[in-house]
Amino acid sequence: MVVARRAFVALLVALVPFAAQAQDKFITVASTTSTEQSGLFGFLLPVFQKKTGIQVRVVALGTGQALDVARRGDADVVFVHAKSAEEKFLSEGHGVKRYPVMYNDFVLIGPKSDPAKIAGGKDTLVALKKIQAAQAPFVSRGDRSGTHMAELTLWKDAGIEIDKSKGPWYRDTGQGMGPALNTASSLNAYVLADRGTWLAFKNRGGLAILVEGDKRLFNQYGVILVNPDKHPTVKKDLGQTFIDWLVSPEGQKLIADYKVGGEQLFFPNAGQPGV
Amino acid sequence: MRARFSLLPLRLSDVVFTVGPRRIIDGISLQLDAGLRTVIIGPNGAGKSVLLRLCHGLLRPTGGSIDWNAPEIAGGARRQAMVFQRPVLLRRSALGNVTYALKLANVPMGEREERALEALRKVGLEAYANHSARVLSGGEQQRLALARVWALRPEVLFLDEPTASLDPGATQEIEKVIEALHAAGTKIVLVTHNLGQASRLGDEILFLHQGRLVERAPADRFLKQPASLEAAKFLEGELPW
Amino acid sequence: MNSIAEAAAQAFGLILAADPNLVGIVLLSLQVSLASVTTACILGLPLGAAIAVNEFPGKRFVVVVLNALMGLPPVVVGLFVYLMLSRAGPLGVFGILFTPTAMVIAQTILIAPLMAALSRQVVADAWSEYREQLRSLGETRLGAGATLLWDLRFTLATLVMAGFGRAASEVGAVIIVGGNIDGVTRVMTTTIALETSKGDLPLALGLGFILLFIVFLLNAGAYVVKETAQRRYG
Repeated sequence: MVVARRAFVALLVALVPFAAQAQDKFITVASTTSTEQSGLFGFLLPVFQKKTGIQVRVVALGTGQALDVARRGDADVVFVHAKSAEEKFLSEGHGVKRYPVMYNDFVLIGPKSDPAKIAGGKDTLVALKKIQAAQAPFVSRGDRSGTHMAELTLWKDAGIEIDKSKGPWYRDTGQGMGPALNTASSLNAYVLADRGTWLAFKNRGGLAILVEGDKRLFNQYGVILVNPDKHPTVKKDLGQTFIDWLVSPEGQKLIADYKVGGEQLFFPNAGQPGV
Repeated sequence: MRARFSLLPLRLSDVVFTVGPRRIIDGISLQLDAGLRTVIIGPNGAGKSVLLRLCHGLLRPTGGSIDWNAPEIAGGARRQAMVFQRPVLLRRSALGNVTYALKLANVPMGEREERALEALRKVGLEAYANHSARVLSGGEQQRLALARVWALRPEVLFLDEPTASLDPGATQEIEKVIEALHAAGTKIVLVTHNLGQASRLGDEILFLHQGRLVERAPADRFLKQPASLEAAKFLEGELPW
Repeated sequence: MNSIAEAAAQAFGLILAADPNLVGIVLLSLQVSLASVTTACILGLPLGAAIAVNEFPGKRFVVVVLNALMGLPPVVVGLFVYLMLSRAGPLGVFGILFTPTAMVIAQTILIAPLMAALSRQVVADAWSEYREQLRSLGETRLGAGATLLWDLRFTLATLVMAGFGRAASEVGAVIIVGGNIDGVTRVMTTTIALETSKGDLPLALGLGFILLFIVFLLNAGAYVVKETAQRRYG
């Protein structure tokens, strides 16, 4: 009858696009929410696709999650910013080689009212000690992301065992950068963020950058091809093409060209030793 | 197609039907033969509706046996049918309801519409063939239920108070159809509260009381001179239960 | 209050501009939800009808389990499907993780119990009314289930719209199994989640209005179709 036929046709029409998508040449890149939310991928990837015809599908998660996705073989390439976690990933045999790509920096954000009096400082560790002493509200991502790992390293370097000394002032939200900033904005709290997400963030409330420029806030990004020996379904040729392009002069120049509000977010440094 | 062996006579032997502690049918033995129009009457709770459903096969007796003369072939068309007090019709046209019954009776697809229209004609509903069955009046719906049954040409038709919810005009029309079915060869077994209807439509009367068959007699004799005390009281209106 | 007005303005602006990115996202949302609901109905409606008209040992237990499954948390289903479809998982060989197909699978798992539980209830209620007559006419259990499903089509249409609404508003499962990949598995709900986490609340809310509006339109359309058909068939 007519109704049944129309429903069936509708179902077919509904499913056809799925079939089409299966044919495209594509790779899956596990990256971080901060990188995606900065808008960098929206800027870079169309150029890459136009040049090579390869569609890059970015799954944006926290660094820890991104590496776990790759450990299960569900991604072809990882593009994250946590060197120690990346090196552990390599030592486990899940990756082939780590290429430094670019860096940006973290910034210590806080309320303009600044109860811990850290504004304008150049020493992150001193600032963190002041925040802890003042028990001023501090929002942590708590999600094993690159940013979270950097934050934990800073507490440790400041001589604070954050696990023991955290009190109600330390809010462990378990969320991405954007939600953490949202929380900080509504609580008027301090938070460590990457500059890229902060520049693109629109819900600032009473927050501003209070500490920046410290060498300790340096944030390096690396890209790794997932090991095809361990995960045979990895698209190693297409993946390597992407990596090669990122570290090529063309890719590096594009990274430098990406600006938000007139400001450059990421600084290309492929080939730089020791990062 | 004529059946090889008639379903009738139907024999009930010491049939018992209990629900929990209650014996709704308390040992009934009887035989129903072809030809006579059988009317079952009795006070409320006597077990009339249950007896009908036991004969039709909707209920299984707890004790005793119910035997048709010839078994109905599993998967074959049903050779006995039932009409309920409130007709249950599907959300389809009047014609659709009848063709549905014909489909269940394994009538070939090409024949269904014609037979259905013929049945609708017999009950005077052919003008409503494409009308939604559910918007018909009570009397029309019951006539449609009878048309559905007519199309099946059953050997036996059980009717459970078919006109109890209808006004006198509609009742009359239903009685006409029942008469016509009987004239066409269907055995009628009718339960009714309406003594006038019993006398109009009945050849023989079965009087039930508290789950037992108390009296059985030709209709006019029973209605004028019942032999049992309970029947006499019932006819005088003193035995509501 | 200001944010809401700003959100409404953004919503209007986006609709009028017919931004191609947005159109793509809306289309994908509809495709995924429709495919999920359709599959869920094909699986769930006959199952519900079958349970309603049949008697079997343990039937009451099955009904309770079915009703409980209506409350499956989407994020749990998403996690389960992810582990199944991951390359490291049993169905990894198909490689459908992070595709719309995975999203349809997850949503079907969420909605099928809903369709089954609700249709079971609706058919069971009708069965008590129809049972004697259908059995008298010689209908089988299998046939009765099908006949009732068709007879109850108007009520079931409302159920299906409820299922569609659940699919269209779902975000917990699709974001895990789809990965919220730009241009591939990004749907309305995951976009709203993304914009919220980026702090662009007016845009997120504006998209929310658009999603509500689309679901409303579809429901209105289904209602009109149902009413006209119902008037013809009672």
